[in-house]
Amino acid sequence: MGSLMRPLAWIPALFLAVAAFSAAAAAPQVTIAIKAHQFVPSEVSIPAGTKVELLIHNQDSTPAEFESTELHREKVVTPGGQISVFVGPLAPGRYGFFDDFHPQTRGHLVVK
Amino acid sequence: MLATAIIVFREVLEAALVVGIVLAASRGVPRRGLWVAGGLAAGVVGAIMVAGFAGAIAEAVDGIGQELFDAAILFTAVAMLGWHNIWMSRHGRELAAEANTIGRAVSAGNRPLTALALVVGIAVLREGSEIVLFLYGIAISTGVGGLSMLTGGALGLAAGAALGTVIYFGLIAIPLRRLFAVTSWLILLLAAGMASQGAAFLMQANLLPSLGNQVWDTSAILTERSIPGLVLHVLIGYSAQPAGIQLVFYAATILVIGTLMRLLGRSPKLAAASGRVEAAD
Repeated sequence: MGSLMRPLAWIPALFLAVAAFSAAAAAPQVTIAIKAHQFVPSEVSIPAGTKVELLIHNQDSTPAEFESTELHREKVVTPGGQISVFVGPLAPGRYGFFDDFHPQTRGHLVVK
Repeated sequence: MLATAIIVFREVLEAALVVGIVLAASRGVPRRGLWVAGGLAAGVVGAIMVAGFAGAIAEAVDGIGQELFDAAILFTAVAMLGWHNIWMSRHGRELAAEANTIGRAVSAGNRPLTALALVVGIAVLREGSEIVLFLYGIAISTGVGGLSMLTGGALGLAAGAALGTVIYFGLIAIPLRRLFAVTSWLILLLAAGMASQGAAFLMQANLLPSLGNQVWDTSAILTERSIPGLVLHVLIGYSAQPAGIQLVFYAATILVIGTLMRLLGRSPKLAAASGRVEAAD
């Protein structure tokens, strides 16, 4: 019972299990800039059924948080910083994303 | 100002709901205020540090540092909530029975408090670091004055804290005998929701498969951007468009913690006592 009551014991095990899933397959990349609180481009076409790596480059002097509730993605982008976010494989359709710190800053992924 | 207030409110609300539940779950435990306040303070300090190092964290581990960090603290919180529940299923009844006996609960109450203080700290750290980054962004951009920003931030903080307080007083209105059963359920669902969020971060980092990007879509009925949707998102892990892997982590968390609660839940003393009652029948 003693070891089960020590919750920290199973955290490393969890991460080992996660690491086992880790796949280094190269996904196609798409770059999106954040410029003057606009996504550039604000509409991005990506192929359906494949994993895609979005590179989000914040060219503003303020932090942003790239977020999509539809895709369960959220990641802070520091001023001048660039992040990578993996999405997909997705079914065809339109998927919205926005900057959680500036909710008017919106864009769409168009999956074809 | 209003835009600032709304964004701060959303973040504060998420943390305040967790703090409200933790406070209710630790009712009757001496010095819990001190532990929870300690967790809050540590969370605020941590939030400022995480915000300050946001760039370095994001670039760490080949660009998935932010996801690993978020997932690690979420799963730590899940483990702590699970530990608390398992511990309470063993000692909760004694605790409720002895809550009026001053001093008896002191030693019994200490252990889950460390876990709960850590959960409070983690909740504040996660949401707080976003608030710090957001306010920093407003402060350095022109247009919005400092006073307006502070007013908006304070309004959002007050409104979020008020809703957390409502949850707390709603919960402690429950008679003590039943309270721990209710908070155990709430904490179990809270843990499952956090595990599902943690899974989403690992999926975002390309470490886990999505197992179906949207298993269902109820965004037409209730989005997580609405306040009721956000409250449900925090409390029970509601997602309008959950990925398969999130459901797997959600169910697995309930199964693992629930099973351990059942297996370890009966303290020998109480089991023996109920055994005697049955024998007497």
